[in-house]
Order: sequence, then C-alpha cells, then structure tokens
Amino acid sequence: MLSDFFILMKQELVIMVIIFVLLLLKIGADMSNEKMMNLANGLLLLNLAAGFTGNQPGVLFNEMYVTNPLIVLEKNILNLGTLIISLQSFSWLKKHDHVPEFYVLLLCTLLGMFFMISSGNLILFYIGLELSSIPLATMANFDLAAKRSSEAAMKFIMSSAFASGLLLFGISLLYGATGTLTFSEMTALITGSPLHIFAFVLLLAGFAFKISVVPFHLWTADVYEGAPVAVTSWLSVVSKGSVLFVFVSVLYTVFKPIAGNWYNMLFLLSVVTILIGNLFAIRQNNIKRFLAFSSIAQIGFILVGITGSSQVSSASVVYFVLIYVFSNLAAFGVVALVSAVTGREQVSDYKGFYKTNPVLSWVLTIALFSLAGVPPTAGFFGKFFLLMAGAGKGNYIPITIAALNMILSFYYYLRIVKAVFMDANEQPIERLTIPAYSKLAMFICVAGILITGLAGFVYDYIYALSFGF
Amino acid sequence: MSLSVLIILPLLTAIALLLCNGFRQVRVVALSGAVVQLIYVLWLLGAYWQQRPAGNAAAILFEEDLTWFASLNIHYHVGIDGIAIAMILLTALVTVAGILVSWPVEKLSKEFFFLLVLLSLGAYGFFISLDLFTLFFFLEVAVIPKFLLIGIWGSGRSSYSAMKLALLLMGGSALVFVGLAGIYFNTPTANGPTFDLLQIAQAGISTDVQELFFPFAFIGFGIFTALFPFHTWVPDGHSSAPTAASMFLAGISMKLGGYGCLRMALLMPAAAQSYSGIIIVLATIAIIYGAFATMMQTDLKYINAYSSVSHCGFVLLGIGMLTKTAMMGAVLQMVSHGLMTALFFAAIGMLYDRTHTRQVAQLGGLLKVMPFIATVFVIAGLCSLGLPGLSGFVAEVTVFMGAWQREDAWYRLATILACASIVVTAVYILRAMGKVIMGPLLVEGTGSLLQQGHVLSDARWNEKLAAVLLIIGIVAIGVAPFWLTELIN
Repeated sequence: MLSDFFILMKQELVIMVIIFVLLLLKIGADMSNEKMMNLANGLLLLNLAAGFTGNQPGVLFNEMYVTNPLIVLEKNILNLGTLIISLQSFSWLKKHDHVPEFYVLLLCTLLGMFFMISSGNLILFYIGLELSSIPLATMANFDLAAKRSSEAAMKFIMSSAFASGLLLFGISLLYGATGTLTFSEMTALITGSPLHIFAFVLLLAGFAFKISVVPFHLWTADVYEGAPVAVTSWLSVVSKGSVLFVFVSVLYTVFKPIAGNWYNMLFLLSVVTILIGNLFAIRQNNIKRFLAFSSIAQIGFILVGITGSSQVSSASVVYFVLIYVFSNLAAFGVVALVSAVTGREQVSDYKGFYKTNPVLSWVLTIALFSLAGVPPTAGFFGKFFLLMAGAGKGNYIPITIAALNMILSFYYYLRIVKAVFMDANEQPIERLTIPAYSKLAMFICVAGILITGLAGFVYDYIYALSFGF
Repeated sequence: MSLSVLIILPLLTAIALLLCNGFRQVRVVALSGAVVQLIYVLWLLGAYWQQRPAGNAAAILFEEDLTWFASLNIHYHVGIDGIAIAMILLTALVTVAGILVSWPVEKLSKEFFFLLVLLSLGAYGFFISLDLFTLFFFLEVAVIPKFLLIGIWGSGRSSYSAMKLALLLMGGSALVFVGLAGIYFNTPTANGPTFDLLQIAQAGISTDVQELFFPFAFIGFGIFTALFPFHTWVPDGHSSAPTAASMFLAGISMKLGGYGCLRMALLMPAAAQSYSGIIIVLATIAIIYGAFATMMQTDLKYINAYSSVSHCGFVLLGIGMLTKTAMMGAVLQMVSHGLMTALFFAAIGMLYDRTHTRQVAQLGGLLKVMPFIATVFVIAGLCSLGLPGLSGFVAEVTVFMGAWQREDAWYRLATILACASIVVTAVYILRAMGKVIMGPLLVEGTGSLLQQGHVLSDARWNEKLAAVLLIIGIVAIGVAPFWLTELIN
C-alpha cells in the first residue's frame, strides 16, 4: 500500500520535495541568484526525468486520486513546459530579488495542476484548481515595481474567483442531483435532466474562463500584457494545457451521457472563439496582447477537435498541447529575451529585427509558422489532426469556417514575419547576446517543432494511450 | 531507383547551404544540387521508359509505401505515372534555370537559395505523392518560401503582393483541406478511412460525396492555378517577385494547382462531369479576360503575368472538357507554359538588370545592343502566341482538338471563344516585342544605366545557359511532341 503511494504519486512527491528544498535554502543558505537558478533548473530537469520512470495505472484514497499512462504523459508535458519557461526566464529573473519565491510559487501551481489532472473526485479537482490559480495571481504581480503587473494580478484574481464561484455552484448542483462526488459513480447517474444540464453549463463556464473561451476571455489580454513574460507564457501554455487535459477527460467520461448537448454548445463556442480571437489579434500592437488573442484563437481550434469526441480527438488535443508548448514557448522565449534586455514589446519594434538578430528572427519565425500551422513545422500536423477529429462527426460547416479562419490567422502571424524580415526601421532592436540557458530552451523548442510533427510515432504513442467514444 | 531521392537531394542541398559561407560558395552548392537533381530526373525518365515497353502495365511505377501515422492510416506513399514524370522534368529544368539566373544575387544569398531549394522540394514532393495527406503537406510546404522570396527580394509593392499571394493560397489550401477530409471520411475502403489515392480510386467515391466535396477540392487547387475570380494574386505576385521567384511561381508553382485539379477530376469523374459546365465557363472567362487585360499592361512583367492567367485558363479548359485528348492537352500546356513563362521571366529579368526599367514605352531597339537576350525574348514571345514548331502551339492545338470532341453547342462555343483569344495574344505579344526589340535604341526612365553612360552588355554565361536549357525543352516539345504525349498517355 505504502509502496503504491510512492510509485503512483511520484510526480507530485518529487515536486513537493523540490518546493521544500528551495524553501529551506531560502531560509538557511545565502546563495547568489545565479547559483540558485542553476540549482532550480537542475532540479526541474531531474523532475522531468523522474516522470519517465514507470507509468502504471492505479487509484488511491478511495478513487480520489487516479493515474494512468495518459495522465503521466500529460504531467510530463507540463514538466517540460515548466523547465523550458524556467530556462527562458533566466535573463529576467537574475536581476530579481526573490528568485526562490518565484520557483516555489511556480511549483505550487504545477502541483495544483497535477492534482487537478489526477483527480477522480470533484473536491480534489476543485482543490487542485484553486492551488493552481491563487499562486498564479502572486506570480502575475512579480514585477513588483510595475503598476501594470499588480493590475494584471488583480484582474486575474477577480476573474479566477468568479470562475471558481461558477464551478463551485455547478459542483454543488451536481452533488445535489446525483448524490456523489466521485467521477466514476457520477456517469451512470447523469441522465440529462434540466438540472444536470444547468450544472453542466455552470461547470462549462468555469472551464471556459480558465482556458479563455469567448465570451469568457475578457481578462486574458490585460493579464497577459501586464504580467512578466515568464508568467504570461506560463499562463498561456502550462496553465491552459492542464485545464484542457482535465476538460477533455471530464467531458469524455463524466458527461458522456449528455454528449449530444455539449456537442452543439462546443461547436458554437469554438466557431465564435476562433473568429473573435482572430479578429482581435489582427488589431493588436503589443506583442504580448497579440499572442494572447492568438492563443484564444488556438483554443477555438482545440475546441473543434474536442467536439469530435473520438479517440482521435483526445489524442489530437494532447498532441496539440505538446506542440503548443514548443511553438508558443519558442515565440515567448524570443519576446522574453527582447523584453528583459530592451524593455520593448511593440510589434513595430520588431521591424528590421532580422538585420541585427538573425538567429532570434529565425526562432521567432519558425515558432510563428508553427502557430499558424505551416508545414513542415509541427503546428501543421497539430491543426490538421484537430480539424480532422472535428470533421469525423460529419458536420462540415464549422470545419469549413475553422479552415477558412486559417487565412485570418495566417495574416496576423505573417504580419510579424513581415516586420521582422521586410520592413525597414531606423532604430532596430540592437544585437542581443543570447544567454546559454535561453539558447538551450530555444534549441529544445525548435527541435521539438521540427521533430514532433514529422515523426509519426509521437502521435501514434499518444493515440495508443487516449480514449474516446 | 528510389523516388525519395527526389526529396532527399534538395533536403541535403538545403542543409549544405546552411553550412556555407559567402555567396560564391552558396551559389555553387545550390547549382550543383540542382544539376545533380536534373541528372537524376533524366535517369529516372530513362528507367521509366525502359520499364514501359518491357510490359510493365502497372499505372504507377517506382512505388514506395511507408507508414507515417499508423493510427490515422496516413502513409508516405509515392510513385509516378507519365503525368507526374513530365511535371518532375519541368520542375528540374526550371530549378536549374532559376538558380543560374540568380547567379549574381548577393543580398542574403544563403537565405535566397535556401528558399528556392525548399520551394522546389515542395514541388517534387507534391508531384510524386500518392497519398492525399502528403500531397497536401507538400502543397503547403511550397507556400511560405514564395511569401518570403517575394517579400524580401521583391520590387515594387513587394510586401503587399507577398501577403496577397500567401493569403489567397492559404485560402486555397483551406478549401482543399475540407475536400480531402470529406473524401477521407466518406470513402468505404477495405482498410477503413484512408488518404491513399489508389485505394480511394479503387473503392470509388459515391456520387453524392463527390458532388459535395469536388467543388472544395477543385476550387482550392484552382486558386493555385489562377482560377478566374481568384486569379488576383497572379499579376501582383509575379511582377513583384525577383526573377528566379517569378520563374518558379509561374513555371512550377501554378502547375501544382493544375496538377491537383487534374488529379481531382480523375479521382471524382462523376462530379467533374456535373460541374464541367461551370469549370469551362470560368476557364473561358479567364482565357479571354486574361488576354484583354494583358493588352492594357505597360509593364513587361505584368504582361507576362496576365498572359499566364490566360494560358493557365487553357489548362483548366482542357481539364473541364474531360476528354482524353483535352486532358492530354492540359498536361502539355502545363509543361509548355512552365518552360515558356520561365524563359519569358528570365528574359525580362535580364533586360531589367541592364536597363532598370520594365516599361514597354521606355524601351526600344534592344536587338542591336543585346542580341542574345533579345532573341530569347522573341522565342519566348513566339512560343506564347503559339507559333508552330514551339511547344505552345502543340499544347494549345491538342486542347482545342480535345475540346472539339465535345459535341454540345455550348462546349463548341467555349472552344471557339478560347481559340479566338489567340488573336489577342498575338496582338499584345507582337506589339510589345516590336516596341522593345526593334526600332531606334531607347532606354529611358529614372535610374537608366544607359543615360548614366553605362554600356549595355549582352547575356553572361549563366544567363545563356539558363536560356538555352529552357529553349531546348520548348523546341523538343514543339518539334517532336510525340515523346511527351507517349509518356503522358
């Protein structure tokens, strides 16, 4: 029993150990920032490696905690994202006074996400969700001197609290209607009565807030703009990814009996999300706001895939999140470096970027192409499979709308590429030296973008672990 | 004998380019890669020829089939038939010529040749694909290099043209995607849903499904080959592009669309039959509109770009007529137009390099100072207006003969109208040539080198080689078309 506990929960336990080590070091040892970050990066690497040791399925604590190979894989993806973000934030964080706190908060949210993904019970799910969002508000405020940053934190905590309220309301209704909190028992009891549907809609709204689906997206751009780049990338990739994983598994297991209802809701939401995300992204001049709206559009594409509700769908969502980790973090890596060194964050600042920083330009371009879905980058495969998964249901009108929306998204991604390569600028961003950690992170991202798609076995592996109906 | 070499060779060339230093090294690597590729293609052609009479009746030769995404039944499946090998030969020729013409490019030369090679890689992969997924993959691989080539090295409103081209082509691929997804899910083959062209053809697509998804796929590919209301990227894109990119765009890239349309028509014959009226109307409009629009142009590149719209209309007309002869004509027209238009753009590029103007009104009498370039210009022009003995004549006559086999009065009318457009073609070609080549020597315009006291030189070795290569192709088809028709048949 005890050995089960250590084996099944190893990923959570490793993170807890790291949190305690960093806390103790903060109190006891007088380390320089750089040493502390070297250590943290090393520990995160160990953490990532530990995730790949053994992945048998199992349940703990009366089905409160569930794990299986797919969940382990999802946690590994989040670990990878964490490591990359940590590597990228080096040049920003080294001037900061509170390095250990940053990592402790970061890992607390990660721990919350892990519990959320592994939850087999609504209570543990809710606790995990809260653990993953409250420290995030603190992190959004981590540019301590900047007013924008605290504004972002404030907005984030308000909207999160609102979303949590909706979720809790939905959870309590579900509990009242079915008499159980355990996912596996609940499925059989959900019949599609109006009360069930209402509870589901509340839960859906809560989820939609977290992954910023239109019309619950209004907090996204402001928070992304105000928060430090590292936190923005964390929000857009790891935080959203984790909620998506839970969303898919809850939809496909607990709410399977009312699939006919949520199918229509999700199709509507996906089409609106893609359209609004794209239209607003076109008008953005701040590159972080721009990435915020483009990430809203990406979520719309993911929703299209989710509606397929087949094995292909859930595999494609996990696959897309993996690709999204690489491509979005590559883009954010460049933005983070430029922002940390020069403080410039406007799209127009990137004019003439290629003349001064060819390597960074190519990294940014490859990342944007992957986000836009251009082969041979992985983004092409990700989007192709998501849309295919959606088309599997035989409803081609939303698929056509989504596919045609690729034109819009192509326009704004290419706008940045155009600024980088083609536009002249009197004061381009000066030549930047890339720190070793950033180089490593960018290398991982670019390699991931180029390999994940072309290597078919990655998808096949995820597919083998996935489920659908 | 492996078709994958056609993809691996450009890939290796591209990687080698990244490791090069200085533009001298870069261009030598790019050229040698392209030449090796051309030699390989010729060898492939020889092998293909030997296998055919040897009684190998299979429709597709040199097949290779590897599983790519097992869970979705997506395969890397390649193989060639006569049409594909004709297109591959065209690609190889235009690639070598394009790289030769870009010999003096010094601005970011590494990136320039890298993108050219990537573009050719997309084209090769597209032509040999037998799996609709790989087909789509390579189709899109070829889009981005075009955007960057036009935007970075182009002239005039280059970033506007580049964006317009990229967005329209992206729209085309979005439509193609919907068409392919529809075919994938609605074809009952033995192995479940598949993208495999041969298996889909064998299983047959039901008529309802064909009629629903054929327009998506056909219009999607049609955008790539300047189908009438979606042709607007062609003039801007072609005229803003640097010379080699124009050659690639018109010579290879528009053919991707034509080839895709042809494949779709062969895959979904019932739908092609029911929509053939619409296709023919659009193609006829493109032919006539393109021809008249060309008459109004004063810029040499715009002249050739609009005439490309008109000429690609013949490809669609041939496909739309659905007779065997007309389809053969369409393939001939693709090859012929590819070579001819590449030659034309090369000649215009050479003129522009020396005179710094492309306005017909500002040029004159160039035959006296640059006889070689002027001759190339004349040959390209004559091929464009369909002079017997050159490839354009053979292709257009085959299309007309095939079209005439459709006995319906409306089809006949479309054919007659399309024929009549050749007169208009003759008008604009002869007028432009007469003005630029003959008469007293004249080079005007801002930045004119002649007025600054420069001597106008004739073609250099690289330009001569490029032109000769393309002219050999044009004449070989024009004088002895049977080798190509035999191949395609």
